[in-house]
Amino acid sequence: MSKPERKLIDEINPALTSLLYQLADDDFILAYRGSEWLGLAPHIEEDVAFSSISQDTMGHAAMFYQLLQDFGEGDVDHLAHGRKSSERKNAVLLEMVNGPGHYLSTAQYDWAFAVIRNYFYIQSKKIRMDSLKNSSYQPLAEVAVKVNMELYYHLLHWKTWFVQLMEAGGEARSRMEAAVKKTLADFGGVLSLGPLAKEMGEQGLIEEEEILKQRWFLMMKPIFESVNLTVSEADFAMKNGNGRKGEHTADLDAALSTLSEVYSADPAASW
Amino acid sequence: MSEATLYQEWTDEQKYAHFMKRIEVGEKIEADDWMPEDYRMTLIKLISMHGISEIMGALPEKEWVPKAPSLKRKLGIMAKVQDEMGHGQLLLRVAEDLMKPLGRTREDIMQDLFSGRLKFHNVFHMEAPTWGDAGLIGWLVDGAAIITQTNMLNASYGPYARALKRICAEEVFHAQHGEAIIMALAEGTEKQKVMVQDAVNRWWEALLMFFGPGDASTTGTSKQDITIKYKIRTKTNEDLRQDFFTKYIPRVLSLGLTLPDETMYFDQEKNLWVYKQPDWNKFKNIIKNNGPKSNERLSLRRTAYDTNKWVREALNTAN
Repeated sequence: MSKPERKLIDEINPALTSLLYQLADDDFILAYRGSEWLGLAPHIEEDVAFSSISQDTMGHAAMFYQLLQDFGEGDVDHLAHGRKSSERKNAVLLEMVNGPGHYLSTAQYDWAFAVIRNYFYIQSKKIRMDSLKNSSYQPLAEVAVKVNMELYYHLLHWKTWFVQLMEAGGEARSRMEAAVKKTLADFGGVLSLGPLAKEMGEQGLIEEEEILKQRWFLMMKPIFESVNLTVSEADFAMKNGNGRKGEHTADLDAALSTLSEVYSADPAASW
Repeated sequence: MSEATLYQEWTDEQKYAHFMKRIEVGEKIEADDWMPEDYRMTLIKLISMHGISEIMGALPEKEWVPKAPSLKRKLGIMAKVQDEMGHGQLLLRVAEDLMKPLGRTREDIMQDLFSGRLKFHNVFHMEAPTWGDAGLIGWLVDGAAIITQTNMLNASYGPYARALKRICAEEVFHAQHGEAIIMALAEGTEKQKVMVQDAVNRWWEALLMFFGPGDASTTGTSKQDITIKYKIRTKTNEDLRQDFFTKYIPRVLSLGLTLPDETMYFDQEKNLWVYKQPDWNKFKNIIKNNGPKSNERLSLRRTAYDTNKWVREALNTAN
């Protein structure tokens, strides 16, 4: 079966930049949340594994920001550290705090939420990368191939946690179910490609939003069934806002002020 | 004693003599080999303290991981602190094997940390209030660690020596990562230069203390003699401190930084650095968990441990 020939996109346009900002901002803020977990994971082995995943994810964000820089959108460090929350396009789910407390002193982070948020997100990211491998924007297709190689391990990692804790019963099960509920209430934002989704599909940048969403379901269904969990499409919502449109929570503002504290002291300096 | 005599039938004296002969000729002792009780206890104390220090050592740097000022620095410091956690894990596995015959586990190590029975390295009780401190920790604290750990690369206990080999290789990258941060600051704006000089001033005393007191008169006990006797290490604390000065003082000065000790000089005749002693009473207090950040960091670790209790319980059920 021969594939229809891809028509390559080689110039900047709003749908392409919007897609790149979503990919970069999603990974950047989730990697930041991951870095707050450092030293606080349930055991030392997990600390090593989780920080390795966060590091990969930060690396992916850097690659996506680089594509934007190549387009003249500004320096990568400005893109990562210097943009206001209203300019950010990440899904709101990914900016939400890890749990109560501050990452340096009183952190009482929620491991169940960490597992669910990461597992559901990484599966969605994997589906996007698979689709982007055929993107009409060649540099993005090349980045997707690189990112994809690491996602295999990330997905395996979070799936293992998900199944183990779901099957443990008792307190673990009820904490996990609460985290599923919390995650799904904003998971609509993760699966959304934003206001320019239609143009992205038409230009062949990525497949249509609905196709990607169905693929996510298809991948997750057997896992959900194996742990006796019911999830339906009606559960997907954007309870705390549509990040793709620049709607965000106070959690993001607080995160941005922490992560850009040193950068903002002198954005022109060489650090 | 004939060759045919079963090893199991040897007396403890015979086993001890055989053990000492093995380490004299440079043979490595392995986890399941016979070893004198004080050798085992010294190793447990040394290696569990080393391991837990790597883990507690992530906490002063933790503040700066999310705050690192560029994507490149964020990636660098994330990788660095992940390595430290990895060293902690590697070392705790070595300690766990030694503790097995005593019926003790990782859980005991954690509980000993929380109760204060197990100390973590004095340097990780200190404050790290600026990005300059993050760079300085990578450069000079890891630099000091390379010096003490290199001293044990040929340790008679095989599993520890092998772990240190890998750790030292990674520490070299850390010191380069720290040096790159410090160089950028030292060559940067006036504000950045002040930031790095402040960090040097703040950490100087802690760096002197890093290698421990010269002898047992400071704290009442010292493991230096027993670790040297059993060929776990070769040099004394003071030898190591001198090595550190020789390696790093020229580098500090070449960046246009100054040392906070005006009395310091190199005595050519004695071939020694002469310097102002740190306040060893302060040191005694710090290792009793009364340092500036001891309680805050222990409490962060303890809170996380308690918050995640349900996870460890769930894993135990699953196994």
